Amino acid sequence: MNIAPDGLEFEKVHVWRGDRHVLQGVSANVRPRELLHISGPNGTGKTTLLRVLSGLLRPEQGSVRWLGQSIMTFRTEYQASLAYASHEPALKGDLTALENLHFAVGLKRRITAEELHAALDRTGVGACADLPARVLSAGQRRRVALARVLAMSATVWLLDEPYTNLDASGADLVSGLLQAHVQGGGLALVVAHHELRLPCSIRRLELNS
Amino acid sequence: MKVGAWRAFVLIVYRELCLSFRRPEHLFQPLVFFLIVTTLFPLGLSLQLSQLRDIAPGVLWVAALLSSLLSLDSLFKSDADDGTLEQLALSGQGLTLIVVAKTCAHWLLTGLALVVVSPIVAIALGIPTAAFATMMMSLALGTLTLSWLGAIGAGLTIGLRRGNVLLSLIVLPLATPLLIFGAAATERAISGTSAVGALYFLAALCVFTCTLAPFAATAALRITLE
Repeated sequence: MNIAPDGLEFEKVHVWRGDRHVLQGVSANVRPRELLHISGPNGTGKTTLLRVLSGLLRPEQGSVRWLGQSIMTFRTEYQASLAYASHEPALKGDLTALENLHFAVGLKRRITAEELHAALDRTGVGACADLPARVLSAGQRRRVALARVLAMSATVWLLDEPYTNLDASGADLVSGLLQAHVQGGGLALVVAHHELRLPCSIRRLELNS
Repeated sequence: MKVGAWRAFVLIVYRELCLSFRRPEHLFQPLVFFLIVTTLFPLGLSLQLSQLRDIAPGVLWVAALLSSLLSLDSLFKSDADDGTLEQLALSGQGLTLIVVAKTCAHWLLTGLALVVVSPIVAIALGIPTAAFATMMMSLALGTLTLSWLGAIGAGLTIGLRRGNVLLSLIVLPLATPLLIFGAAATERAISGTSAVGALYFLAALCVFTCTLAPFAATAALRITLE
């Protein structure tokens, strides 16, 4: 099998949750300038796969390699080059949108308030920067979470259903961000239920129960 | 540009302080509990001053342990519930640093705050002012140790629905040496004898947990995050 030393590769990943065999030998690889679209019915382990690929969950069998090296051997460094957006926006309701970004992105890289404002403007929630996250709507929270992914300027994007709660312009925004990221040399792994139509190289991975 | 460990530590501590001050009721709850419990004793027992001084160390320490325990439950749980714990774990800073910073912030907000208000309680319990320094020192060491023990317990019980009951069951037995030596130090300070032995023991326990508990708590958290 052709190993891609410059990308993210996972091979025969098996995960059990209790008695349930959630991931049954999933393999794929993604290189820079590529997008992996992960789809499948509910409960087939799409989120579990993303957690395995982020290094949060250690698979019972199989390997995940980034740049040809197992991610478990250099997990912290690997995670520094990663932006993960779970299906929940992961914002602190008591902090403002800007503070949420500041504390999350500030751990990854040094960032100025202007850059954070720019990221929020780009995702269309610049006006909400100083509002506590708990007063934002679900769609606005999703946009703040997207701004966080954007501001991290990470190489690998792991997005879990980024289109949820977004209106039509929001969906276009996600597509635009993904396209810019992939064309800029990054790679993205996206869990989505509908067809992704982007002018870039898309690989597909369908999970079945 | 990569963020250094110290900068990340300061940022997380600042985050915890911000979050706490936005919710003052959570911040003051353990302190108010501590003040109420300790001031109820002298009111309820109607003792002579000498008798009050005899029970004061025990009352002070039991109240301090229980009120610290009140706030331990939320150490990781609120972050785990809204998904921000995952974001912290994936920040590329290493989970141990996150655990250390969060636990230090927790101690600043509960343990240190307890130490600061303890003279008020001490006056209510008739503890002589000469004993304040020893009492505060023993409380500082004891609450810091307890925060570390609690971090292990809190890490293990995040995913459980009735986690706080189990958390008490895990932490309280481990905290009994603190109660014994802490109360002993305070008692000796009240009676005017040297409390150095008990304080050294507390300091030893504190160093022991400060060095080993971060790794145990990280391992516990790693398991529950999976």
